[in-house]
Amino acid sequence: MSTTTGQPAVQPDIQEILDRHADAGRDALIPLLQDVQETHGYLSREAIARIGEHLHLPASKIYGVATFYNQFRFQPLGRYHIQVCRGTACHVKGSLGVLDAIRQDLALEPGKTTRDGLFSLEVVACIGACGLAPVISINGEFYANLTPQKVRDIMDELREEVENDE
Amino acid sequence: MNKETTAMKPPASLNGLLEYACGLTPDLDEAARAGYEEQLRLLRRERTERPTIFVGAGTCGLGAGAGKSLNAIRAFLRLRNIDAEIVEVGCIGLCAEEPLVDIQLPGKPRVSFKHVTEDKVKPLLESVLAETIPTDMVLGQFTTPGVAPWHNVDRLAEHPFFAPQTRWVLKNCGVINPSSLGEYVAGGGYRALTKVIHTMTPAEVCDMVEQSGLRGRGGGGFPTGKKWKFALSTTSDRKYLVCNADEGDPGAFMDRAVIEGDPHRLLEGMAIAAYAIGASKAYIYIRAEYPLAIKRLQHAIAEAKDCGFLGENIQDSGFSLEIVIKMGAGAFVCGEETALINSIEGKRGMPRPRPPFPAVKGLFDKPTIINNVETLANIPRIAEGGAEAFAAIGSETSKGTKVFALSGKIALTGLVEVAMGTRLRQVLFDIGGGIPNGKKFKAVQIGGPSGGCIPDEHLDIAIDYESLKTVGAMMGSGGLVVMDEDTCMVDVAKFFMEFIQRESCGKCIPCREGTLRMLQILERITRGRKSESKFQALERFKGVMMLNRTAEVIRDTSLCGLGQTAPNPVLSTLRWFRDEYEAHIYERRCPAGVCQELRSFEIDVELCDGCTLCAQRCPVDGAIVGVPKKVHYIIEDKCIGCGTCVDVCPTHAARLRIPGAEEIDRERRESEQALSVFASGAFEDWHEGAALYRMGKQ
Repeated sequence: MSTTTGQPAVQPDIQEILDRHADAGRDALIPLLQDVQETHGYLSREAIARIGEHLHLPASKIYGVATFYNQFRFQPLGRYHIQVCRGTACHVKGSLGVLDAIRQDLALEPGKTTRDGLFSLEVVACIGACGLAPVISINGEFYANLTPQKVRDIMDELREEVENDE
Repeated sequence: MNKETTAMKPPASLNGLLEYACGLTPDLDEAARAGYEEQLRLLRRERTERPTIFVGAGTCGLGAGAGKSLNAIRAFLRLRNIDAEIVEVGCIGLCAEEPLVDIQLPGKPRVSFKHVTEDKVKPLLESVLAETIPTDMVLGQFTTPGVAPWHNVDRLAEHPFFAPQTRWVLKNCGVINPSSLGEYVAGGGYRALTKVIHTMTPAEVCDMVEQSGLRGRGGGGFPTGKKWKFALSTTSDRKYLVCNADEGDPGAFMDRAVIEGDPHRLLEGMAIAAYAIGASKAYIYIRAEYPLAIKRLQHAIAEAKDCGFLGENIQDSGFSLEIVIKMGAGAFVCGEETALINSIEGKRGMPRPRPPFPAVKGLFDKPTIINNVETLANIPRIAEGGAEAFAAIGSETSKGTKVFALSGKIALTGLVEVAMGTRLRQVLFDIGGGIPNGKKFKAVQIGGPSGGCIPDEHLDIAIDYESLKTVGAMMGSGGLVVMDEDTCMVDVAKFFMEFIQRESCGKCIPCREGTLRMLQILERITRGRKSESKFQALERFKGVMMLNRTAEVIRDTSLCGLGQTAPNPVLSTLRWFRDEYEAHIYERRCPAGVCQELRSFEIDVELCDGCTLCAQRCPVDGAIVGVPKKVHYIIEDKCIGCGTCVDVCPTHAARLRIPGAEEIDRERRESEQALSVFASGAFEDWHEGAALYRMGKQ
């Protein structure tokens, strides 16, 4: 299978991950997908084909499983991966406004990555920090008790960070 | 130098201590006994040799900035060259006051402090190390046997948040070091497991759990002991135990807190459960969104294995147990037993028909028991204290305690554990501290997307499985989301339908398509006139008439719990807040001012000083007009109701426009006209529905 253009040419070797799951059965499929996504950041077509060969499963079955679960992505993530919690507590405390502020500020829809590869946005059901609602998580770090204005400030800070790095 | 105990590996000498603590070596001589007792006292923190600083480092604590506080504490101690111990503990449950830091000086009881952000670390430590307790930050002091308490410091146990609670499952959360098996054992841990595997038969354990009256804490409320007996009585070469930690309910986080704060309690409960049903392999199915909990679990499993509480031939009893962590991949439906089994097997997480029940034919077609984290965390207590002691607390049909996650518009958000049968009002107003900012209580949502909203007039019901059902709600996993007068109930119903519609696995058509239709109906009634055609205006009424009927079909014809309870949020809000629905449908207004298309804003001419901020930030060109230093105006036809102007206005001149009685009347008349179109027979199918609806209204 050929790689689609635009994907990074060099990927960490998937073989190492497959070796860790040697002689694995069907029940290793989800852990395998999770491991691959953990190292690659997403599931490429190539990776899916390789997993299929390893587990003797058709790619269609693997896509069937991978698309069922919210966790799996088929596009690389941005440098800053923003997860917006849309749980009940966050909703009641105004997470929609927070989400809209990010959407407008980055001109980015949930599930997508900005063209410069800096930001990716994801809506998650609940990250379990309801006491601090509304919450977002950027690369695993939590930002609590947000307002649309606070979010805009955070985005500005991140952009500044990028500029300083360049 | 400060030494940390986060990754403590028990030294070989700990084994003798553990055996002593579990009561396995009763015939020790006096000197050895005294030595062990002294070690246990140290582990129980009844005595410290140097200042000890406990940082609440659960996910919520870290979210509130505990990580930064921790660094500040380390830096402070290094700079002053103070020999102190830093312990990262789990969440004690008072999320609203995070970050929480406790300090225990030698010869003094431990004292809890709230809101210890990075900048407050230095003054706090300086003052406490000089033996002065800063009164503005103190939360309360622990009660330590044999140690004189601080003067003028309230006891933590008497704090209004903690006093009415009965903390059984959460006993250790936020108190002990979750990465230390020794501390868990010193507090009485693993004694129940030792007793069970040495003195009881599996059938006796099942009997005991059945007698205790423990019911599944994950939502269903099925008697746990009974379930175990099914698995015990099924003969098979292999049986499995699965711990369901796929806490998918938005608004619930008690399982995360238990695992992060006291992982060994869960492991001990699992070991007892596995022994009772005859399983030798157990899975913990946990959400991938809980990385810290997974880390703590991995550490705890390794530690328990090292000390002989898990693994092959536990304590020479012949009972072996292997525990494997399986990470969920994010699907709400996987909280359902059979869907969870499919997910562990590497398939799409779709439910299977029952029977056969998992207890008979489950994971890999073997008998499988699936229990929720909180259910399993209750087991050690039952095994240790006995079934009677457990059943002594609670109501007629629901025994023991229940952990609730308080969130939303409430003063003290956090985790509370109360005896079953406690009044809901007491949980919200005595423990939770009521509604902040002087707002009025409207409803509390209990049980997540499968549950319902309870209005003020029913807050005096006792919390148990049955009474909650009488008001159209259910226990669920125990998320309590509080809503005040600024919350729109139609919007809440829409939020849940959106969630369920997205999370429906797609197997049953009524659930897959029906929830989408219900969502569309709710979207239509929250839509403003600007964005709809005449046809759509009629569709609104058609939809509303079908709302109840659709809900019934989904409830009656879906396979799994998700589908059967999917309409609950709509049905319960429709039952208690019908007036809000009617305001949306007939008057096209949102009484709470939440639904964006049904609200508009205005600027108070008295207050506006013409700063132009609102006009700059308004996302619509020309919706706000005015020149600098002069009063600004909002053009209502262009306003999209986003509310940005209110957010940014420094003088609070921009505000929600409240329609006058005349305007509401006009809308009502127009709606009546639209209804009469149905009644005229022009739309035959709807005719009957429209007529019925009107009759119902009269």
